[in-house]
Amino acid sequence: MSASPSLLDAIGQTPLVEVSRFCPNPAVRLLVKLEGANPTGSVKDRVARYLVEDLERSGRLKEDSVILEPSSGNTGISLAMLCRLRGWPLTVVMPANVTRERRQMLDIYGARIIESPGDTGSNGAVEMARALLATDARYVMPDQYANPANPLAHYETTGPEIIAACPEIDVFVAGLGTGGTLMGAGRRLREHNPALRVYAAEPMPGEMLQGLRSLDEGFVPEIFDPSAIDGRFLVTTAESITALRRLTATEGIFAGVSAGGVLVVASRIAEQMASGTIVALLADGGWKYLSEDVWSRDLEDEAVESLNLW
Amino acid sequence: MTMVRIPPVLRAQAGDSKQVEAAGDTVGALLEDLVGRHPGLREQLLDDDGGLHRFVNVYLNGQDVRYMDGLATAVREADTLIILPAMAGGA
Repeated sequence: MSASPSLLDAIGQTPLVEVSRFCPNPAVRLLVKLEGANPTGSVKDRVARYLVEDLERSGRLKEDSVILEPSSGNTGISLAMLCRLRGWPLTVVMPANVTRERRQMLDIYGARIIESPGDTGSNGAVEMARALLATDARYVMPDQYANPANPLAHYETTGPEIIAACPEIDVFVAGLGTGGTLMGAGRRLREHNPALRVYAAEPMPGEMLQGLRSLDEGFVPEIFDPSAIDGRFLVTTAESITALRRLTATEGIFAGVSAGGVLVVASRIAEQMASGTIVALLADGGWKYLSEDVWSRDLEDEAVESLNLW
Repeated sequence: MTMVRIPPVLRAQAGDSKQVEAAGDTVGALLEDLVGRHPGLREQLLDDDGGLHRFVNVYLNGQDVRYMDGLATAVREADTLIILPAMAGGA
């Protein structure tokens, strides 16, 4: 292992770990890619690097530019680290009800936070950021939901890393947020194995997180092509946390709540397979969820479904 | 009858109910029965060609029916159908 010229060069090359004690089907190999091992603790370091480099290359950033991005946390934190290294000011539009640690990390990195209403979740953050963009000519938005640099990060880094470590992969499972991981890594993995199947895990939005006024406020990320995946599953917060706790108990892995959701889906697929190899991407580590007592709270309490944990 | 969960954004058109029952042996038949009982839901759920509205996702026991057999997906009484608006995910 050689020294990294900067933290940017320490992004990626995350561990891929077999979790045979967790996997419900002994005839299936389940491996997890631990994206919590990235510098700011999530897969979004890969994306932020590609987004900022895309902005710099395209000449959209001027001397007085301010980078503006909607994020429920991880992308914002990764961009904040990148902006420290590159010298750009950053404003993150983030739902008001995300975990405390996300706000703390953005503060540590010196990013400005604008809160969007918690009850409209990421939809509300995207809407507010796109509206703000028009109000100040200094704002430049990487726009992870629409920018092809997002899936490209996964096409060029996440996908090849998985192929190098596990060429026998049959199934890839990841969480659905922007769709960047599923699109980019999925496309690269399918070029390697045309029979590969790609499945998405998405959080069941709680009652308090569905403040849409009409269906016309519905949103499908521009970079997400629904025909490029093979299935999509809803997972409740309680199911996600139950799987997460079991992962910690059986394999010693400390990951974030969306990782639990991804593992619920991976387990569901594993149970239907006669044999084969599944790779599940765990987007972040558990650190940013400690304040919500994810490993100890009562899951019978329905309030857990209204937490914003993805 | 199969249980159908209605998202907050569509409840006004469904008698303010969080969940309702509908009959049908496919997702399509079930949705037809549902919009027959609650006509205000028709243009919310279905497009002009009778397909699912672009911003509506329908899940059978948690699985998106677009990746099963779509509106032709078979439904049993014990199943649960969940209707949700397409929303941005956390990122």
